[in-house]
Amino acid sequence: MTKITYAQTWFGNIKGDILPGLVVALALIPEAIAFSIIVGVDPMVGLYASFTICVVIAFVGGRPGMISGATGAMALLFVDLVAGYGLQYLLATTILTGIIQVIFGIFKLARYMKFIPRSVMVGFVNALAIMIFLPQLQHFVGESWVMYLLVAVTLLIIYLFPYISKTIPSTLIALVVVTSIAIFMNVQVRSVGDIGSISQTLPIFLVPEIPINLETLSIIFPYALALAIVGLLESLLTASIVDDSTGTESDKNVESRGQGIANIITGFFGGMAGCAMIGQSVINIKSGGKGRVSSLVAGIFLMLLIVILGNIVVQIPMAALAGIMIMVAISTFDWNSIRTIHLVPRSDAVVMIVTVLSVVLTHNLAIGVFTGIILSSIFFVSKISRVHVESAVEGNKRIYKIRGELFFASVTELLPKFNYEEDGIEEVEINLSHSHIWDDSAFVAVEKIVTRFRENGKQVAVKGMNEASTELVGKLRNKLGSH
Amino acid sequence: MRQVLNWWVSYEINWDHINEGGINVYKNILLATDGSEHSKRALENAIHIAKCTTGSKVDVVYVIDASKAKSDVLNNWNSFDVNDSRMKQLKNAERLAKEAGVSFEIKILHGEPGPTIVEYANENKTDVVIIGSRGLNGLQEFMLGSVSHKVAKRANCPVLIVK
Repeated sequence: MTKITYAQTWFGNIKGDILPGLVVALALIPEAIAFSIIVGVDPMVGLYASFTICVVIAFVGGRPGMISGATGAMALLFVDLVAGYGLQYLLATTILTGIIQVIFGIFKLARYMKFIPRSVMVGFVNALAIMIFLPQLQHFVGESWVMYLLVAVTLLIIYLFPYISKTIPSTLIALVVVTSIAIFMNVQVRSVGDIGSISQTLPIFLVPEIPINLETLSIIFPYALALAIVGLLESLLTASIVDDSTGTESDKNVESRGQGIANIITGFFGGMAGCAMIGQSVINIKSGGKGRVSSLVAGIFLMLLIVILGNIVVQIPMAALAGIMIMVAISTFDWNSIRTIHLVPRSDAVVMIVTVLSVVLTHNLAIGVFTGIILSSIFFVSKISRVHVESAVEGNKRIYKIRGELFFASVTELLPKFNYEEDGIEEVEINLSHSHIWDDSAFVAVEKIVTRFRENGKQVAVKGMNEASTELVGKLRNKLGSH
Repeated sequence: MRQVLNWWVSYEINWDHINEGGINVYKNILLATDGSEHSKRALENAIHIAKCTTGSKVDVVYVIDASKAKSDVLNNWNSFDVNDSRMKQLKNAERLAKEAGVSFEIKILHGEPGPTIVEYANENKTDVVIIGSRGLNGLQEFMLGSVSHKVAKRANCPVLIVK
């Protein structure tokens, strides 16, 4: 992997970046509109977000070639907030989300993302796919067969058009074709205009109209924290994917800070918090986009399209958007995890499923991730807390060999494994050469075992402690002794 | 149709070129691999062909596809580097080639597998491309696209597809 300078990320691939930028702009539109509708706000909130995020990230992002915008993962977290408090709180939360992400970047916390177990990451992605899919079902309720047909046509075009051409994103073709059918054949189906309005104006700077006090903070902070974590998780996952498919490295802390700055600015310009998008980033790279120019072009072209074509955008049938979102859900889902579910360790499969279930039940990806992390930690602890004690007799001496890690979770079952009152035994050796003392619980436990043998009149020797354990025991003895 | 025609024409031209020196055929051998079972059989053939010509060299080419990067990254989330598992797959090729005393080089490229392999082969004046066939049926081939078929059609050199 090679490192490139900031200037190179701008000027290294200008020509190669422009076309992918245009393509990505088109690919951003359906999701920006559809996710705004999921949140329950005007499509402009999502479109403005994708515009400002793309433009800002072009300058401050840490991963050139990656595309960010209004995403499903973030949109889902806003649903309850908007239902309860409205748009102004969404904007304020977006700004706070950005601030948290900037702090995250400054303190270089990105590397801790690697501590999230693989099964939790897979669960996160799968839960995201399901959460994108479920809200689409409401569009089918009480609709005529025409709507079902339009969804089917959308999906057919999306999956079959790539065999004709891969230059233009098939989602865009589907959008254009299905919208044309709806307009020219005058079919009566619900369209974007029935749900929200499109204003053909550039976003303007606005400070969210909310009371600035502790009560407001206590409302928006939990949402902002969840958004910050989910946004960074998806962004850093996407960054890794872009790293891998381009064979270049990127600074994840710069990216975290960049995502934060983009969200702060987005909040002030009437957009909702967003993050990196796997699908659009892959489209960008496959079309040859590598540098910062493609993200900038995508943002500007997106806004241009809305300003020029706003009155056509309101006529896009919901059927077309539902079809596109179903495709997004299918491609987001990690199907490999289903194929290999019987091959991975049982505990990994359980963690993945529990992560998915807790997201589906709470509608909150952050809760799912935390549940998954806690569950896998419990599995890990129970796995390594198994301690085996072997014993042998040499004359009047009994030797206990301890195998396993000694720490708070494993010591409780250790104590009953010794026979403290054995007849005919005068000497006891506790051999720790296949063991490790990790904390003061382990130290106290060993002390307790030794004392108990001594109380029964036996000579005790602790042998074979490794260097790290010896050092820790020395420290703890001083510390605990001084009390 | 034109593409197929081109393929035949270029095939003929290169065949003449290769026979020019008489014995020195297949010096630059390109082995396209994805670490699968089929690639292993292709590898055996590559080694066999390389051994026939003194001074031959095998380029073991592995292409990273952006559309597969998502599942690759997810599958290797906690390993130090996604490339670890890829290198592990390639290590087998390295070991077998070393045992056979064949000189070789591992190349990791980025892009869509078919066109990337073709581009590399044409730029590096490859004498023969050896590639494993995944053995897809008609429907799968239509849906997934056959990499070996694309390479055979577009490379300017003979292509050996190993079943």
